[in-house]
Amino acid sequence: MTGVKFDFDKPTKLIGQPEARLDAKRLLHGRGRFVDDIQLPRMLHAYFIRSPIAHGKIVSINVSRAIDADGVVNVFTGKDLENVVEPYVGVLSHLAGLRSPPQAPVAIDYVKWQGEPVAVVLAHSRAQAEDAAELVEIEYDELPAVVDMEKALDEGCPLIHEGYDSNLAWQRTVDVGDVSNAFSNPENFVVKKKFKFGRHTGVTLEPRTSIAEYDPSDDQLTVWYSGQAPHMMQFIFAKHLGLLEENVRVISQDVGGSFGIKVHTYGDEVAVAAIAKLLGRPIKFTADRYESFMSDIHARDHVVDARMAISASGQIIGLEFDDVTGIGPYSMYPRTSAIEANQVLNLTGAPYVIPNYRATSKVVFQNKNLMCQYRAVGHPIAMAICDCLLEEAAAQIQMDPVEVRRINLMADNSYPRTSASGMKLDELSHQAALNKLIEMMDYNSLRSDQLELRKDGVFRGIGFVSMVEVTNPSPMFYGIGGAPIASQDGATVRLDAGGGIHVSSSVTEQGQGTNAILAQIVADVLGVDLARVKVTTGDTKTTPYGGGTWASRGAGIGGEAALLAANALKEQILDAASVILQAKPADLDIKNGQIVDAKTFVEKLSLSDLARTVYYRGNELPDEAKPELVATRHYRVTDAPFVFTNGAMAAHVEVDIETGFVKVLDFWAVEDCGRVINPLLVDEQIRGGVVQGIGGALYEECLYSDEGQLLNTSLADYLVPMASEMPDIHVAHIETPTKSSVLGAKGAGEAGTGGAPAAVMNAVNDALRHLGATIYQMPMTPERILSALAETKADH
Amino acid sequence: MKASEFTYERPTEISEALAIVAQEPDEKAFLAGGQSLLPMMNFRLAAPKTLIDLSGLKDLKEIVAVGDGLRIGATVTYSELGASALVSEFSQVFDSVLPHIAHSAIRNRGTIGGSVALADPAAEMPAVLMALGASVELASQRGSRFVLADEFFQGLYLTDRKDDELVLSVLIPNSSKSLSTGFYELARRHGDYAIAGVCISDDSRPSEAFNAPKVVLFGVSDRPLRAKSVEERLVGVARTDKQKIRSASEALSDLIFDSDLHNSQDTKRRLASVCVRRALEAM
Amino acid sequence: MGQTKKIKVTVNGERIERDVAVRTNLSDFLRNDLGLTGTHVGCEHGVCGACTVRVNGQTVRSCLMLAVQVDDLEVTTVEGLADSGPVSALRAAFLKRNALQCGYCTPGMLASAIEYIEKIGDPDRKKIREHLSGNYCRCTGYQSIVDAICDVIQVGAET
Repeated sequence: MTGVKFDFDKPTKLIGQPEARLDAKRLLHGRGRFVDDIQLPRMLHAYFIRSPIAHGKIVSINVSRAIDADGVVNVFTGKDLENVVEPYVGVLSHLAGLRSPPQAPVAIDYVKWQGEPVAVVLAHSRAQAEDAAELVEIEYDELPAVVDMEKALDEGCPLIHEGYDSNLAWQRTVDVGDVSNAFSNPENFVVKKKFKFGRHTGVTLEPRTSIAEYDPSDDQLTVWYSGQAPHMMQFIFAKHLGLLEENVRVISQDVGGSFGIKVHTYGDEVAVAAIAKLLGRPIKFTADRYESFMSDIHARDHVVDARMAISASGQIIGLEFDDVTGIGPYSMYPRTSAIEANQVLNLTGAPYVIPNYRATSKVVFQNKNLMCQYRAVGHPIAMAICDCLLEEAAAQIQMDPVEVRRINLMADNSYPRTSASGMKLDELSHQAALNKLIEMMDYNSLRSDQLELRKDGVFRGIGFVSMVEVTNPSPMFYGIGGAPIASQDGATVRLDAGGGIHVSSSVTEQGQGTNAILAQIVADVLGVDLARVKVTTGDTKTTPYGGGTWASRGAGIGGEAALLAANALKEQILDAASVILQAKPADLDIKNGQIVDAKTFVEKLSLSDLARTVYYRGNELPDEAKPELVATRHYRVTDAPFVFTNGAMAAHVEVDIETGFVKVLDFWAVEDCGRVINPLLVDEQIRGGVVQGIGGALYEECLYSDEGQLLNTSLADYLVPMASEMPDIHVAHIETPTKSSVLGAKGAGEAGTGGAPAAVMNAVNDALRHLGATIYQMPMTPERILSALAETKADH
Repeated sequence: MKASEFTYERPTEISEALAIVAQEPDEKAFLAGGQSLLPMMNFRLAAPKTLIDLSGLKDLKEIVAVGDGLRIGATVTYSELGASALVSEFSQVFDSVLPHIAHSAIRNRGTIGGSVALADPAAEMPAVLMALGASVELASQRGSRFVLADEFFQGLYLTDRKDDELVLSVLIPNSSKSLSTGFYELARRHGDYAIAGVCISDDSRPSEAFNAPKVVLFGVSDRPLRAKSVEERLVGVARTDKQKIRSASEALSDLIFDSDLHNSQDTKRRLASVCVRRALEAM
Repeated sequence: MGQTKKIKVTVNGERIERDVAVRTNLSDFLRNDLGLTGTHVGCEHGVCGACTVRVNGQTVRSCLMLAVQVDDLEVTTVEGLADSGPVSALRAAFLKRNALQCGYCTPGMLASAIEYIEKIGDPDRKKIREHLSGNYCRCTGYQSIVDAICDVIQVGAET
């Protein structure tokens, strides 16, 4: 970036400081305003009747008894909404060949997944709506369900969609170099494994919730929406309900966790908006926990046949895999259910020099809940495929897993360059991160402890991952393919008469601290007290237009726009001050809310006095002076499709070989996410992400029966990580500011989740391997570990 | 997930409660702590027409030593059990077990009578009561009776309690004071229902060989299981005899294990065996 | 309309008399009838801990109590936690340690944390984690929450 100079090392800096989130105080007092907290006059509650079967024809729906039930105002079926909602199709043009049939928000004629909405009851209370739902009579003709993704493309497998010649949604192959030669060369060692990654889901503590209100006199739809991308939803509600976009207002304030779950288009939420339009009164929908398991997007359901060829001296010669992933019967709208597979193809092996790479992914339809982007999309799979094969290969040639990484990781001074898959990489620090990691964890001591304890029958393991993370995406991620998803975001920064600063930004808050870091950046630039900066996000009516927060873009992209806008406001302030003080702008600065002499720091005029003069007493200014005290700037990434970060992580585990239980003793993460705006916030994002990754590695899985029934639909049966089993997580940083922006910040929200599963799997295998057992299926449950141990032929 | 409609009664005398439940008993449910009943009602897996709140029955709150042993009222909560010196006097096993039962907010409301009446196969209390040789006191308008815990738990959520009967108390016999006990459970997360667990008692002293052991498995079948073959192999075995203890803990082939969502029958058996051995080794 | 019952309950120090539908659970009563939306609902089956409040000084899952069960009792929600003493210290520690992100688990987490400080008060991290193991947090990874509680106990011990 040219034209903007910025001093990140000044003594009064706020950027880089571990400032506490002032806007979190209200949450500590129970004064959050989550969507379910909102009550509006004449509001009704929606309850969705969902398909109990995975695949079937709807023969009849009889709502007559339900309509007469206590408190019920209306009952709608899919057919009732057919003319109100334009069906949506989850495809993007840059994912060539991706197909998906049009999807209605509430099923019409057919149900294609258990949990699909079939009818909706509107009543004065949720309880009454649930009572009435029991009176709705629905007859189905059950059809065979496609539930095994490895058989979905077999001849004779039932076809989910009429008119489609197979259950294939999309496939893509990346083929670089000469992979067959790599594997046929007898001098190379080959490791071959079949990986299984269990389908799992986000389990946000606040379930999906929305309130839609339509004013027919104004043709105005307002949606209070727990979600990440209000502008995207504005487009979607407008398009599919036949409204002008400017007549749709979407408001996202306090969101009780999202992690990608709440950035997709759910039929129940669209139906609620449609019904609000039909009835002209507010409709509230809160998914309960059962519904959340049933209908929140799932993710990461993959079976991967993979192999790696490595030379005797430890160099990766080739990497090859065939991936199959079973999504739902539809590709999710608008981000598609092919992006996760695409990331797996694009990111596997990206930290390493890999001369020969071939990878195919097949995305197949299933009669199961829909799958789509969930925190660290595709990364857990991509990092596990490469790094778990790598450590297995290292074990085979009896090389230390750290050593084998030193040999193969891209050198820190070798950028810019591309990965084998063609990803543009720049300014990464894999080698430095690995060195810092080894030092932090006292690796040699851990190894000697491991050997000692093995004699006592205690089996500990150490596992690593070196990873990249996609952050700060450019339009190449979604916009290029026709998605109504902005990659350009903006901030408006304003000085008000009292000396307070107001920031309005198009990125959004889900608790990660977006609002806090925007305030921190602006306060730093303007030289004001952090407490005097107020931030508004999450309202399409009042903020600049933009994309919201996802793909770890809030700090890097939203932060940059805020920095540029604050800088522009500072220039405006100094211009106005120069007129009032009869001085040159270059001789002035702002400190502690005061205009000061740039050299002597003598205070000359408070920001408040300046602002009051401008706003109230313009008569004191020369007529030619036209002061502005509000600036708007936007930012988009242009240097590369994505701005990658890198990390090196390690897990230390103990496996109880009698029970198959795994205890994670310690975890370390070294992260290079460019300039760290607030280490207190970033460290915790990484920790929370690691715990989420441990969840996928050891505990979490959506289990389906052969008939496509989701078997675990409560928090008792679906195991999320709780405090007792989680380790303290040690975090350190390397800061290589990205040159793609002035701020130099990349994203950090997802790295923990992307890398932790590979590190934990490697650690478990490090513990088990010398017993002759290995495991390549997640989650690594006690049963699966006991099975792996039983399969071994070694005596122990 | 809202419960369906029901009528609510809050009797203040036991006789009143029994009169209410005597009419259409299969449509009525007693509300003790509600920590299992209310979730089931929220999921609409249970939809009783009438809920009979037992909190007004003071007698059910008492913990009192009687002639035959310690009588613990049905609505005594887990927290109250843990705080009771009388209970600890009768058996230390409760101190080992209570921290594994869910979490403190649940233990503040969940009751011993509720656990007994529900008979969740993964619950600790039924197995503990069987190991202690306890009895369950039941009452209805037809009279009252005691049933040995060993005979009370009959299957998946199935007990000897008839629909019109109220669990009044649990009686821990005086003999439990001279039992040495062991407890071990495996759960994926602290406080979860066990995926396998065992409660063991023996009438010998901690330094002596096992004499008349009771080995009660839980979380591995549709009810708590007395591992009789294990018990037989333990008789006369010294507490330090690791080999015999290991071999006894593996004598589970006479038992029928149930798989669950995450664990096969075989895994259950293997985990049960580990629990038994580790519990014995600590006794 | 189903059966209702009149209850008299003290909530955050205020005497309240209401007619409630008997099937209304305590969390819905607090949130919808009394407008005390600081108590959050995450699962309605007692596992996530988000709804944890105090009834007669004890932590309970408000989703697993009926409103009629608090007749004649005292309920304290997050809004009613006096901002003094250990509560105030805990809130300050949570803020300093960034022991919350989205804030949805926070009211329940505070209830459990205060219970620990008052009844156990041991700065042992393992014990703290065990006590908190009934409160689900998806954002923080728990470590900062443990840090905050340790801070309060250790400062309390020094004074």
